[in-house]
Amino acid sequence: MNFIALKMLTGDRAKYLGLIFTIAFCTFLLENQTSIFAGVLKRTGSQIADVTDAEIWVMDPKTEYFEQTKALKDTDLTRVRGVEGVQWAVRLFKGSPVARTGDGKFAVSICLGLDDGTLTGSPRKMLLGSWQRLREPDSVVIDKAGYVLLFPGEPLELGRTLELNDHKVTIVGISDPPAPFLSFPVMHTRYSEGVNFVGRERTQLSYVLVKPQPGVKAEELCRRIEAQTGLRARTSEQFQWDCIRYYLKNTGIPVNFGITITIAVIVGVVVAGQTFYLFTVENLKQFGAIKAIGVTNWRLIGMILLQAFTVGLIGFSLGTGMAGQFFDFFSQKIATRGLVLIWQSVALTGATIVFVMIFASILSLRRVLVLEPAVVFRG
Amino acid sequence: MDTTTTAAVRARELRKDFGEGPTRIEVLRGVDFEALLGQLTFLVGPSGCGKTTLISVIAGLLDSSGGEVRLFDQNIERFSATERILFRRKNLGFVYQQYNLLPALTAAENAAVPLLAAGVRRRAAVDLAKSVLLKLGMGNRLDTLPSKLSGGEQQRVALARALVHEPRLILCDEPTAALDHATGESVMELLAENAVHPDRAVIVVTHDTRVFHHADAIAHMDDGRIVKTESRHRNEIEIPEFEDAIPMLA
Repeated sequence: MNFIALKMLTGDRAKYLGLIFTIAFCTFLLENQTSIFAGVLKRTGSQIADVTDAEIWVMDPKTEYFEQTKALKDTDLTRVRGVEGVQWAVRLFKGSPVARTGDGKFAVSICLGLDDGTLTGSPRKMLLGSWQRLREPDSVVIDKAGYVLLFPGEPLELGRTLELNDHKVTIVGISDPPAPFLSFPVMHTRYSEGVNFVGRERTQLSYVLVKPQPGVKAEELCRRIEAQTGLRARTSEQFQWDCIRYYLKNTGIPVNFGITITIAVIVGVVVAGQTFYLFTVENLKQFGAIKAIGVTNWRLIGMILLQAFTVGLIGFSLGTGMAGQFFDFFSQKIATRGLVLIWQSVALTGATIVFVMIFASILSLRRVLVLEPAVVFRG
Repeated sequence: MDTTTTAAVRARELRKDFGEGPTRIEVLRGVDFEALLGQLTFLVGPSGCGKTTLISVIAGLLDSSGGEVRLFDQNIERFSATERILFRRKNLGFVYQQYNLLPALTAAENAAVPLLAAGVRRRAAVDLAKSVLLKLGMGNRLDTLPSKLSGGEQQRVALARALVHEPRLILCDEPTAALDHATGESVMELLAENAVHPDRAVIVVTHDTRVFHHADAIAHMDDGRIVKTESRHRNEIEIPEFEDAIPMLA
């Protein structure tokens, strides 16, 4: 009877293809939007994730996310170093100087000033040059996206110069860090250089990066630092989640994505549900004939669920393939780099499609189960 | 034992109502009816007299409102729903006015449906269905979809579907009503030749007087009752007259 169910399904080509493409596009839209949503939120903490050698970020108690920095006092670094369990602690500066090329093209940039002695937090994925060359005077490492933004259409090459707030700097490396939330160039330099590029203020220290001693848990050390210094200390992961929560709470991003995702679910449920329901209703007489011949209700339920599962699986696979192709193509682009199809999105969408098809099946099953087989005798 | 005189179907005081209260309609008003093994029994009467309702109750597709119907000496209304379905699957074959073939299946696959429903493997079921279709002269149309078949060919596929699992009772509802005279006659000949068997009863609901000469027995129905029963050799049956009967052609 499975064979008959599948033949009935594929026999009506228009409805069969309509169902598959409805589910495929619903899948594509859901996977696309949820993955981009997750990717965009992940970008809010990408500079935090990029620092792999420190595990703890110490900041002003009122800091809520990475972009929101309030300078600490220079003595705060010493106080953090004094906390038991700290293996080492170094400073990190974050500023936003305007970068200008010789041609006059300019852009606000994210400038990260690394500890002069250790260069902790330097980009590990280099496309050209070396982060160790940051020790040279007036040097910066710029990310590829920033380079392309400031020098559009020009080949990647070292030795080019830029002005950062009227300070001439030389590009000694081109990095490929995770994309930031805002599409600003990301520049790494030494702390002592960075504070000069941005301009002197009374205090300059943005963050203190801390490495716990072996055997000391990062969470425990965060508690100790907070207790002893009154500063805010977060593990890298906690700080990334802080950023995500901040953007979820204070921006329109979740609403915008939420609307699209909701519409995708509604369209999927309504269109796929209605098409499948109509498919069953138009085949009621066929189901009646099968019922009269002596097929049990359980077998009919199995047939309809098989039909729903088949179109659901094919549509879902097609949609996931489309989403995979989409991300494969756009992950090569500068603006959308780092956005990938995440497995959680595929799993969530799969669950949604199962829900859609169960909903559609229940609507259809009701009509078939209450169908009186004597209907076949009516001309 | 002479099986030709054994009743396959025996209905006593059978009643069937639809609706309740003031909208209640009595369709069967105490039907007494018998169909014997080895015979082609026609159930005839004007439209709306209750013929289709009677065979629906006989087939267990509708529950009666009173009286009793016994198939092969068993009261199937006492069966559970599942037992009734299994009984129907094993013992009953159906031929409908509108054929009710599955449009996505070929002729052979359509004819194989009762076997597939009984759990026979697809290849074996289709092979068996093909052999039945060959007997019915459909050897060159085995893999054709119903939409490409003529009305007579579709009805032959429906007949093959009714015969393929060798049921003991075949119920035909106006099998020739949608066919022209020659095709209808041909279908009835095939039915008489292939369906009638000493261990099987065939009931044909019709008011197509053109095919009455095929009957072994005719039960005349009117206003929810059997009003007259004739039992004689084929071709010796008196042709009744209904207002809406399909007339005999000269």
